[in-house]
Amino acid sequence: MNDRIQEKEKTILTGSIQVVVNGRPVAVPPGSVVAAAIALAGITQFRRSVSGLPRGPFCGMGVCMECCVTIDGQANSRSCLTLCANRMDIRTDE
Amino acid sequence: MNESLFQFEIVIVGAGPAGLAAACAAAECGRRVAVIDSTPRPGGQIWRGQPRHSSSEARFWIERFHRSGVTWLEETSVVAASGNWLLAEHRNRPRKIGWEKLILATGARELFLPFPGWTLPGVFGPGGLLGMVKNGWPIAGKKVVVAGTGPLLLAAALGLKQHGAKIMLLAEQAAAAQVRGLALNLLCYPRKLIQGAVIKAQLAGIPQRCAAWPVRAFGHDHVESVELTDGRERWMEACDVLACGYHLTPNLELPRLMRCAMAEGFVKVDDWQSTSVATVYCAGELTGIGGADAALIEGQIAGYAAAGEPDSARALFSRRASAHGFRRALARAFALRPEVKALATDETLLCRCEDVTWGRVKSFGNWREAKLLTRCGMGTCQGRICGSAAKVILGWENESVNPPVFPARINSLLEPLKM
Repeated sequence: MNDRIQEKEKTILTGSIQVVVNGRPVAVPPGSVVAAAIALAGITQFRRSVSGLPRGPFCGMGVCMECCVTIDGQANSRSCLTLCANRMDIRTDE
Repeated sequence: MNESLFQFEIVIVGAGPAGLAAACAAAECGRRVAVIDSTPRPGGQIWRGQPRHSSSEARFWIERFHRSGVTWLEETSVVAASGNWLLAEHRNRPRKIGWEKLILATGARELFLPFPGWTLPGVFGPGGLLGMVKNGWPIAGKKVVVAGTGPLLLAAALGLKQHGAKIMLLAEQAAAAQVRGLALNLLCYPRKLIQGAVIKAQLAGIPQRCAAWPVRAFGHDHVESVELTDGRERWMEACDVLACGYHLTPNLELPRLMRCAMAEGFVKVDDWQSTSVATVYCAGELTGIGGADAALIEGQIAGYAAAGEPDSARALFSRRASAHGFRRALARAFALRPEVKALATDETLLCRCEDVTWGRVKSFGNWREAKLLTRCGMGTCQGRICGSAAKVILGWENESVNPPVFPARINSLLEPLKM
């Protein structure tokens, strides 16, 4: 519980949320979706298609599933809809 | 909210303008109402984003919604329906939601048409990209080409520019005379005319071309440039991002699952926004692409009708009729030219989920055959992208909708059986 409160204070003080993208820490503005955090980490290929082609977010509204990544261990999560939370573990291209 | 079993008098699916208006109307009549949406915040695609980006109209409706006492079931995707129950998924956990009256306001998605290079990272739908930018997607300093058709292109170009994007070109496939026809039509709708004029003014400085469209996107692992044409000459534009969409197509999966009758590609509704299934109502883009104004009016009518307040609903009929005039004008102004339906080559992927080429799909006689023999439309988007394109290009109908309507954890279907 104290951890949570401290994290909330940290968000207010620094104006950012800390997530981890492929093992690297990334700071994003509050209200950012996971896709934005991945882009801020400099990654353009979110996943590979069934025949191995690079893909990234396309429809931007949760319909096409092109932006799916692994979020906190949950594979095939839509990164364009999921909001970032502190210490969220995000993995692309798995 | 983490419970899994719910029961309401009126359940609304979709928290865009139509859903929010329906919710406010029904709740203010004293009904127990819930709104379900797959996104974290109310507003739908058009009002998506943080409050500081919202228009005064969006703020008005979202604040009214929060005051109305409606139960807000966010990040909840409906996966199946059974009798008077919806089965849904919330953060990988199942939810079972009971209803007496159901209002579907699932809105529309952008229509995408295949062209060589459209699967490259960096190619987006204009509206979807703007939504992501409002939610932190970095666009400042990026070179963006906005292309396709519809009023969304103007709104997207403007919004992206406000967030620091460098708009290289806005290419609208409709002819200038056609779009001017819409402007003339807008004279009958003063509020829209003002909105349009404001947007136009702010757009000054954005290079715009009518009767122009993209034919091919180039890049290795990411889009780097796009070739465009006006039907006579072809030219290249360098870009970091190509935002290309062909107006909107309704999200019919849920009304189809509920067995609501269709008419001319939309859900058929009566004066009360009631569908062929008497306890199920539809409002907004599901009944015709008319924008937020039509959606707000239809939503309120559906909300009052479902709440058993016909007089309040009837008071809005004349406003709905005028909004529907605008709807017809929109469809005329942004009708698709045949060239944009013929851009895919045999090697171009039609189905992005299963990587099925246009060349393979087009050799079949209908959607069902093509699906069974190529797997097109059988991937995770369940044909939402390629099926919509095939419908527009080949006239193939994709009427069968089977649960789960969205990829779901198996427990989301099994656990509700025990509830």
